[in-house]
Amino acid sequence: MTDETIVISDASCRYGRQYAVHNFDLTLCAAECVGLVGHNGAGKTTLIKMMLGLTRPSSGGVRVLGEDPAAGAAVRARLKLGYLPENVALQPSMTGAETLAFYARLKRRPIAENAALLARVGLSDAAHRRVGEYSKGMRQRLGLAQALLGSPRVLLLDEPTSGLDPALRQSFYEIIRDLCRNGATALLSSHALSELEGQVDRVVVMNCGRKVADGSIAELRGLAAIRPRIRLRLPRAPRAVANGPDAWAGWSPVAENVLELSCEESEVASVLRTLPSAACDIEIIRPSLDELYASFQARGA
Amino acid sequence: MRQILIIAGKELRDGMRNRWVVATTALLAALALTLAFLGAAPTGAVRVSGLAVTIVSLSSLSIFLVPLIALLLSYDAIVGEVDRGAMALLLAYPVARWQVMLGKFAGHLAILGFAILVGYGVAALALQWAGNDDQSAWTAFAIMVGSSVLLGGIFLAIGYLVSTLVRDRGTAGGVAIGVWLFFVLLYDMALLGLLVADQGRTVTADVLNIMLLLNPADAYRLLNLTSSSDVSTFAGVVGLGARAGLGPGLLLGALCAWMAAPLAAATALFARRQV
Repeated sequence: MTDETIVISDASCRYGRQYAVHNFDLTLCAAECVGLVGHNGAGKTTLIKMMLGLTRPSSGGVRVLGEDPAAGAAVRARLKLGYLPENVALQPSMTGAETLAFYARLKRRPIAENAALLARVGLSDAAHRRVGEYSKGMRQRLGLAQALLGSPRVLLLDEPTSGLDPALRQSFYEIIRDLCRNGATALLSSHALSELEGQVDRVVVMNCGRKVADGSIAELRGLAAIRPRIRLRLPRAPRAVANGPDAWAGWSPVAENVLELSCEESEVASVLRTLPSAACDIEIIRPSLDELYASFQARGA
Repeated sequence: MRQILIIAGKELRDGMRNRWVVATTALLAALALTLAFLGAAPTGAVRVSGLAVTIVSLSSLSIFLVPLIALLLSYDAIVGEVDRGAMALLLAYPVARWQVMLGKFAGHLAILGFAILVGYGVAALALQWAGNDDQSAWTAFAIMVGSSVLLGGIFLAIGYLVSTLVRDRGTAGGVAIGVWLFFVLLYDMALLGLLVADQGRTVTADVLNIMLLLNPADAYRLLNLTSSSDVSTFAGVVGLGARAGLGPGLLLGALCAWMAAPLAAATALFARRQV
């Protein structure tokens, strides 16, 4: 297939006896936006460094845009690759425009394109101020700008939105989605699944260097098999009926006049149909992403 | 080549920004001018000394100062950037690791070269202007400036080697100071002690020659103190090296080897280093 941009096959990376990445398989395609989720120290950064060719796998293979990224000749792949490290440490004495110009020259891009790029991340006004005076959000945006140089086909973003305020985070994701729509592959790492909700097509959960789950968030819900719960409030407590079936069998009270039922996803509709019209505040509680994530982490451990 | 120049240009700009260039140039110029115009003060007279005398004092000054400046510029170059995560970002670009190393070297050498040339050049021109037309000493002066830059290059290369070998910046700084103390102070003291204790029994002239070549600072000193007859008279060494059979070509070769070997080692080690 020609639209496979990153192929990792059975790759491991070992530091001494400790495996940072263990027998990892992953294939990413063009126009895909993928989240890589795991605890701190789960091996996300090592995995990204393997894709960058900064760390060689101890065994297995990594191919990025058809090349081995650790080979000296992987220049063609690197020209089409954008990377944003976890902590952007840009030279504080240079201005934003100078920083971007330096990286553009290394990537053999015309410097004339930089002004548009700075405008895109909202740094036009601060372009000629020193990076040392930038706020955390501005540094992160400058970091994104350098990753976007030369319209990359692969974007590797290591915890790109940690420490950003929600508005900034939204504009960050908008830019990334835009690139994906144009055929780029984006891989975003994060330590919280909830941060990626609605932003990525696919999530890869990592624990102790292994892949523990891979799929869309809906698929992960199915895999985790945590049953949804229906909760409702009644105007007054249901009276126990002496004869006949109990209409509220299976429901358990959670507070005064509030009942809850745990059921299968397929039963939700039929349960809702049987509810009396007096019931109010009906809620369907699905596992939050954090619960989902915790269940995968527990399984992987 | 292009990538090397881009990185060198960035180092140079950095040096200008954080005042490294200005500070070192000013320091060298101030010390050189002081030596040129007040160098005779210890003898009881304040008068302008000749260019030849100034060369002797300046090369003694360079032996202490140039390696120190070079090590301060370079000890942080690799380990510091790896620490801050900037190296990972840089290497994600289409740049090879040896290009990063050579680019940094070229940039730092340009900073040092500028500081030495301007700092010492100011002193030499001031002497000329003060009515000291000692034309024959200009060749010796040119050799002094050139070999000072070379000495700087040697200690830049050693600094990179230290920076590639250690795991954190603090250690790199400590080792760099140790390297400086060893080559500039301890080695000569030990050598002197050895010569006095030995009384010429086992340490023959040949052994001494090899020992002098094994320290770049000594090779530099010999090259400059014997660069012209005028200079060697003032230096008082009376051509220790020249008499011992160490010609300028050999000394220059030793200096170049001292620069190339650590740089090559640092490049090879950096290629295998985890970033």
